Amino acid sequence: MGQSATPRQKVAWLIAIALVVLYALIPIAWMISLSLKKASTIGTDTGFFPKEATLQNYSDLFKSGSDFTHALINSFGIAAIATVISIALAAMAAYALARLDFTGKALILSGALAIAMFPAISIVGSLFNIWRNIGLFDTWPGLIIPYMTFALPLGIYTLSAFYREIPWELEQAAQVDGATPFQAFTKVILPLAAPGTFTAAILVFIFAWNDFLFANTLTSTTASRTVPATLAFFTGASQFDQPVAAIAAAAVIVTIPIIIVVLLFQRRIVAGLTAGAVKG
Amino acid sequence: MASIQLQDVTKRYPDGFEAVKHMDLDIADGEFVILVGPSGCGKSTALRMIAGLEDITDGELKIGEQVVNDRAPKDRDIAMVFQNYALYPHMTVRDNMGFALKLAHVDKDEIQKRVEEAARVLDLTQHLDRKPANLSGGQRQRVAMGRAIVRDPQAFLMDEPLSNLDAKLRVQMRAEVSRLQDRLGTTTVYVTHDQTEAMTLGDRVAVMRAGVLQQVDTPQVLYDDPTNIFVAGFIGSPAMNFMPAQVESGTVKLPMAEVRAPDGLGAAAGSGEGLIAGIRPEHFEDPSLVSADKKHHGVTFRTRIELVESMGSELYAHFSLEHGGVQSEELAELAQDAGTADVPGGGGGDVVARLDPASNVHQGEETELWIDTGRIHFFDASTGGRIRTGRGTGAGVSGAPA
Repeated sequence: MGQSATPRQKVAWLIAIALVVLYALIPIAWMISLSLKKASTIGTDTGFFPKEATLQNYSDLFKSGSDFTHALINSFGIAAIATVISIALAAMAAYALARLDFTGKALILSGALAIAMFPAISIVGSLFNIWRNIGLFDTWPGLIIPYMTFALPLGIYTLSAFYREIPWELEQAAQVDGATPFQAFTKVILPLAAPGTFTAAILVFIFAWNDFLFANTLTSTTASRTVPATLAFFTGASQFDQPVAAIAAAAVIVTIPIIIVVLLFQRRIVAGLTAGAVKG
Repeated sequence: MASIQLQDVTKRYPDGFEAVKHMDLDIADGEFVILVGPSGCGKSTALRMIAGLEDITDGELKIGEQVVNDRAPKDRDIAMVFQNYALYPHMTVRDNMGFALKLAHVDKDEIQKRVEEAARVLDLTQHLDRKPANLSGGQRQRVAMGRAIVRDPQAFLMDEPLSNLDAKLRVQMRAEVSRLQDRLGTTTVYVTHDQTEAMTLGDRVAVMRAGVLQQVDTPQVLYDDPTNIFVAGFIGSPAMNFMPAQVESGTVKLPMAEVRAPDGLGAAAGSGEGLIAGIRPEHFEDPSLVSADKKHHGVTFRTRIELVESMGSELYAHFSLEHGGVQSEELAELAQDAGTADVPGGGGGDVVARLDPASNVHQGEETELWIDTGRIHFFDASTGGRIRTGRGTGAGVSGAPA
């Protein structure tokens, strides 16, 4: 809305925004509503607001020894480790790509981009076989490795855009001040690129947290099955019960961390996504 | 503190371009040397080679009698002030200034002491805990200086440190830099494209053009006794006026007057394809203000004054001469650099005379002007080299380095 917007324009804008927000949020609201309904009344209680709200579905999820608790731990652990390793690697790779001139630089950049574009489904089958043969099937590393592979290009691109905006002179000043190239990187460049590193980390974490394809294919037990895959294996209390309410409750829980992270860091994420596009 | 020696130093880029060609320069311990020249002349590259930020392709660089060609910047013990200051934005002024000492594992109390001492000298004490983003341009510049002086290094290298300041602040900081260097006595190499800065700051000034060192000497010698047409045109503001000249049986024909040829000029001029005369603006004067005993050293001519600029303490009178302008690669480059190449009438025959404010000259009127003919410089038009004549131009400058 520009400063010169007339009241009528403002109203039109507000209506448009409200429509978009409704369109985006109704499924989530519906999911929350479902999660609060009793599992047995899902088929009959068809209103938007549950007739009888209950937290039973949530407490069932966390019953001792439930698959869901394991899955949450797996999800957090795998996503966190994949994020830390890929950001550490991406930071160094991006620094080299942003600052050094070496043969094969274009090849590495286009290779990274190609990997990011690669349809994951086309490698899942062979990964399944390889992982079973070398014993990575149904283990944490079995998921961490593919997540890192697909997250690295994202991290490298985001970070090199940030590094490119940091003036060369800063490192040269650090070098003249007596820093080794590694010290110049860790003491000057990394702190300055912290917002970018953070953004990349959040994006990588969300990618790993949300993945269903690898999690579903490369795991078989609670030893490494993450939340999205676990949801698919939910069963009702009896075989005639539909697990809809339980799935809805689990879906709400896995959404919460993402919503919190995004709300807290939305400015940084936007800044990170547009870095390099607009000179900041 | 140490001396710095460049011996036959060359910088060649992979594409074959030579930014610095066979540069020889001896900088004595404690000396303040300015590298000056138009943009792209290789002065910054030369400085960055001394700092270790550029590799040296050929030749030898010594700092304090030790060859440092292959040493990393951190092992050369030099401090550098960058054009954009390159302050670390995430550190306070105190941390910025103490960074080098911290890397060198200097004891904390000692760092504190030295930073505070430098801050006191540079009048930064009340800003020590602020971030660079919250400082003004002049303050940032001083922090950059402070970062250099706390180290007490072998040498200071400064790459156009004042060019981002506004004109008034620049003059002030220029004096500050000069005082500071004087006080600390640290060997300093200072790069600038501004000849005024070069003239006012340095013990010696090294003029560069297209990667080649043209002349290294004190500002006064450069001014009075330039070795070629490039140095003559670059040093001095307003710049020296150039015009074609011909020697004929003992007289030199200038576009506006004929003067007696100095000894030795005829022989030298006979060989080349032409002669260029150079007259500094202050060597013109209103004849009525020239004392009688001095007057016969020069000639008087009439011309129409096109423009008078009054500076208060002096007048700049512009007039033009009927000639096709002088052709010289060096002058073309100077004009290019000054941006006057594209100004209509900016090259060619426009002449500036710097006159006494009491002079009786008026815009648009014909008037008489006097030239101090003894101070006309002559240059070989084909090589741009200065033709040294029997009659000296400056005071006691024989034997100046080439």
